Amino acid sequence: MSVLVYTENWDGKFKKFSFELVSYGAAIAKELGSSVTALSIGNVSEDELKKLGDYGAVKVLSVNDERFNSLDNKALSVAVSKAAGAEGAKVVIFAHNNLGKALAPRVAIKLNAGLVSGVTALPSGYDPFVVKKKVFTGKAFTNVQVEADEKVLTFFQNSYEPVETENKATIEVFDPQVGDDAFSTTVRETNKITGKVLLTDAEVVISGGRGMKGPENWGGLEELAGLLNAGLACSRPVSDEGWRPHTEHVGQTGKIIAPNLYMAFGISGAIQHLGGVSSSKVIVAINKDPEAPIFEAADYGIVGDAFKVIPQLIEAVKEM
Amino acid sequence: MKILVLISNVPDTTTKIRFTADNTTFDDAGVQWIINPWDELALTRAVELKEAGSVEKITVANVGTRITEPTLRKALAVGADDAIRIDADPKDAFYVASQLAEVAKDFDIIMAGIEASDYNGSAVGGMLAELLNFNSVSAVSGINIENGELVINREIDGGSQVLNIATPVITIVQKGIAKEPRIPAMRGIMMARKKPLNIVPPVEANAKTTMINFELPPPKAACKLVDEENAKELITLLHEEAKVL
Repeated sequence: MSVLVYTENWDGKFKKFSFELVSYGAAIAKELGSSVTALSIGNVSEDELKKLGDYGAVKVLSVNDERFNSLDNKALSVAVSKAAGAEGAKVVIFAHNNLGKALAPRVAIKLNAGLVSGVTALPSGYDPFVVKKKVFTGKAFTNVQVEADEKVLTFFQNSYEPVETENKATIEVFDPQVGDDAFSTTVRETNKITGKVLLTDAEVVISGGRGMKGPENWGGLEELAGLLNAGLACSRPVSDEGWRPHTEHVGQTGKIIAPNLYMAFGISGAIQHLGGVSSSKVIVAINKDPEAPIFEAADYGIVGDAFKVIPQLIEAVKEM
Repeated sequence: MKILVLISNVPDTTTKIRFTADNTTFDDAGVQWIINPWDELALTRAVELKEAGSVEKITVANVGTRITEPTLRKALAVGADDAIRIDADPKDAFYVASQLAEVAKDFDIIMAGIEASDYNGSAVGGMLAELLNFNSVSAVSGINIENGELVINREIDGGSQVLNIATPVITIVQKGIAKEPRIPAMRGIMMARKKPLNIVPPVEANAKTTMINFELPPPKAACKLVDEENAKELITLLHEEAKVL
């Protein structure tokens, strides 16, 4: 019996989120009297795999098979399910990101498990198993009871603090024996975002709305984001107008993010926008209109002109 | 090619979220129901593909009680050819996927929104793919059919990809798949009344999860305001008080 955590790597490296997942899995395993096995698929060095042990993984299964580079959902689901079977996993944990959301439902069916996606906390009970998740795009939470013996969870980023331990992991090469017929995705082209902080990874996010008046005015926000190592985001009207790419749209129909700090410039804060950012630890609003709903969601704010405020913030950050 | 678009019936995205019966039930009094925004974009793209001549027929399907019929009629008005309503209360994602598996076998492309805006499950599309043993591709932001072959754009964590995938396939779509959701024209609304809306009885399936109760986020403390002329103080507060910089 074990808890299996699927840990994704990016170009052979794990991100903080992977360690967060392993720590979260270790806390669940402790309650269940079992241990955490991390599953890594990709070309990852032994030193990097060992880091998963530092966060509580007792065993790391490493699958190094180039065919999985195509991220074929069906084939990857077979691999994860076989690892879950080999480990006798009672709980399988994925990140609540693009790949985790794609694989978790397939794996849940294979394992005959109950799935809870968008989990934000440790289970409040284990028998019956009850865990909290977000609903209505962050406007509420629900406690979900899982009736099945096996559980599959997707876990929201930035919801659990990674804990370093004295634990050391044993590393095993694992061959899930997935046949060629399981692969049906042929990748023609991959475009990686380089030189920019990914919005979904960013601990600080700088966001602009219609109040920025036009795409030519993003220079200040870009400079501030650069200084703070922050991701750039925008509101829906901004991406609809084509001022910024739709990949930067945060809100109900765009990306849902939960950084430590979210700074909204010239965003009024429609309910759909707030749904996408309400889980941020600290929200800052800069808006001319003191009645703008964003101030109800914000922890700190400036009622004023973003164009006057941005240069002052840049200066203050440089002095920091 | 034949397309099936899965339709969730959800509260309008501006709905004030409230619960009743000791926080165990979503309060749907006075709620306006809409097509789940991502499903609406999926349907729009399906209609565009049909107009371009690469798709013969579009079917929409929903698991729901009679209250979802106006939403299905709207989907027909947007351009679906027929609709299926599986007459059951959608208990959980596994229950819904099990119902859909009964009606979804004969399609080449199944389109589902990346999540429903009510319970944010992100689950039915992937579960259905597994139940049918179909391929699936998620976070899809573009679908084109070129010489009978499917060309997909998808977002991956940290970038994007262009790929081919064999049919039958379930595409789980997000923003970008269509520019704007299509608004039904008067002619479409008139025609929708005559299009078939087939009601199918549910099959036996057990839900694997239960939402036992709901909670609203704790109320926020009042916003601390900094003067516009003294904006630098904001950075000091974020650094020293909030400790997020």
